[in-house]
Amino acid sequence: MIEGGTARKTFMHIAWYLALGVVGLTMLTPFFWMISTSLKRPEEVMTYPPTWLPCEYYVDLAGEAVEVTVVGRRFELRLPSGGELDVPVRSVRRRAFAQPRLIDPETGFETPVRIIGGLADVRVIEPGLHKGKRFTSPASDLHWRFAPVWGNYTRACRAVPFFRGYINSLTVALAITIGQVVTSSMAAFAFARLSFPGRDKLFMAYLATMMIPVAVTMIPVFILLKQMPLVLNDLFHTDFWTRELWLGRFLIGRAVGVDSYFGLIAPALFTAYGTFLLRQFFMGIPRDLEDAARIDGSGYFGIYRRIILPLSKPAIATLTIFTFMAAWKNFLWPLVITESDDMQVLSVMLASLQTKYTTDWTALMAGSVIQLVPMLIVFVIGQRYFIEGIKLGAVKG
Amino acid sequence: MASRWNRREALAGYAFLLPNFIGFLLFTSLPVVASLALAFTKWDLLSSPEFVGLANFKSLLGWHAAEAGAGFGANDPRFWYYCFNTIYLMAGIPVGMIVSLGLAVALNQKLRGVVFFRTIYFMPTLSAGVALYILWRWIYDGDFGLLNMLLGALGVAGPEYLLEVAWARPALIFMGLWIGAGGFNMVLYLAGLQGIDPALYEAAAIDGASPWQKFRAITWPMLSPTTFFIFIMSVIAGFQAGFDQAYVMTKGGPFESTMTISYYIYKLAFAWNHMGMAAAVSWVLFLAILIATLFNWRQGGRLVHY
Repeated sequence: MIEGGTARKTFMHIAWYLALGVVGLTMLTPFFWMISTSLKRPEEVMTYPPTWLPCEYYVDLAGEAVEVTVVGRRFELRLPSGGELDVPVRSVRRRAFAQPRLIDPETGFETPVRIIGGLADVRVIEPGLHKGKRFTSPASDLHWRFAPVWGNYTRACRAVPFFRGYINSLTVALAITIGQVVTSSMAAFAFARLSFPGRDKLFMAYLATMMIPVAVTMIPVFILLKQMPLVLNDLFHTDFWTRELWLGRFLIGRAVGVDSYFGLIAPALFTAYGTFLLRQFFMGIPRDLEDAARIDGSGYFGIYRRIILPLSKPAIATLTIFTFMAAWKNFLWPLVITESDDMQVLSVMLASLQTKYTTDWTALMAGSVIQLVPMLIVFVIGQRYFIEGIKLGAVKG
Repeated sequence: MASRWNRREALAGYAFLLPNFIGFLLFTSLPVVASLALAFTKWDLLSSPEFVGLANFKSLLGWHAAEAGAGFGANDPRFWYYCFNTIYLMAGIPVGMIVSLGLAVALNQKLRGVVFFRTIYFMPTLSAGVALYILWRWIYDGDFGLLNMLLGALGVAGPEYLLEVAWARPALIFMGLWIGAGGFNMVLYLAGLQGIDPALYEAAAIDGASPWQKFRAITWPMLSPTTFFIFIMSVIAGFQAGFDQAYVMTKGGPFESTMTISYYIYKLAFAWNHMGMAAAVSWVLFLAILIATLFNWRQGGRLVHY
């Protein structure tokens, strides 16, 4: 009876691990595919069969391994009628992976066929006796080895100023994070610990605004920022507010409005969400400590600075990480508020890289890797706070 | 004495609130009012705004007699189609919740290495954004994409997912599942599961309940507040969703089948400079969210077991 129980338990364990593993693989595979693609040669992603790893091909030529590029592949196909023919793989529909079909380019007529053997058209690229020579080799004689290339990263970086994008994204995300944490922790302290007329009504108003779609506030804020420089110019009889500002050769955008750090940062500096999150946490801190500090002569700011903030490190850390992540990946607002290339943040830059290189998958994947790496680093460092923070945010007020 | 102390505290309260309140006023409260005013105007940002009363709402929501004489046609059929798309894409919400719950239950088994799996499951949510959308455009590529390659190995011929009307929306929903299933909702469910009193399960075990019975009678009802919370938040987000992914992956196509309300607002405001109309659509969206949330609140409140 007991032994039957443990066997059952072991079986269940294996089943659970199997399920967890399958899902884990599903989650990881696209990331693997992204990195792998970013390290392939551009022509390599268009090969059949697709390869999991970036690799280079070589053939055995008179006992010597010679590196080659695969120019095209031809396959012998057996037709259902019994005949055989030799065609380049391009004229076989991609569905050929499973049920190959041969397409007549004239009529568009498709014939199901069966592949019986492959030939690769290869060109020798290694310097030496055979360089540049083209020949046809049976696919089975073609060998490959792992060979990542880094050229896609330089290509992506030449197409859009990713380095500048990093500076912009970091500046914007850090400024927003600091601003939000400072202003919302102060407001949360007022809501949680101080009593003043209208406090609860105001807090309800804060809560209510969390339901308002971004789109509602975004349009007036955009108009405000768009008009701001012109109005300020008129007001001060100057053209300073619409001028591009330079720090040596470094464009720092305009002072306000479109294409300014102000425009990227200011509207996101204040949140109801952060205030709500921190208030929930502050409510849970025992009041005794505060009273003790008050007896020792601390003012309100002293209590906030020396009691509340140090005791709320987990909540502050959570808000910090959340805000940073959200600011880092924010797309719509930076898209509408920036026009010049140098003022774009990474996410917008990545989108414009895609406009330039529609299907240059290796460069696009390299760009994606460039954007994702910092996020993954932040996540690994702050993982614990992250998960705790989600639970914290769900506590009902 | 006491009132003077209170006044000091009140002043401190306002002082602490001030920085946040200025932002709240400048970038939330006033814009909401301005947006409502804007919704009754016609404005291209070049000429001065023109008050048009309810015209924006009429051309958006109104109907007119069809020209053939029979029946009625919508004044703005596109808007209704985009509403349909938005709701279509929200079909992923219940599916995603079921998957999240399943993953949470799996992670809640007392197994080693759970943190490792939890970290992996969270990675897509964490990296959501333009980079992932480009990655998925590549995965969905009909010729050399990962998905068709894997399907090919199984003997299935996959379509051009993002170029066929029938496939584009399901493809976006599936991507949404991959991104979101192991994310916030799973962690919330996990927290909910860990909050259930083990004594309940022990009592059920004594009564000889099967795992499924335990799930139906204990887990599901005890998780109902979590489910309720997740559903309400997902619906609020769902109404506003769809811009980033469609902008990066499909530009709203094929044949506008991935255009959502938020994309429409973006186009109206920032591509066509119809500021008044865009504000009107954003208010319709706001009201839709409000009504849906109130409805969910009333209906869901009855089903939740506290």
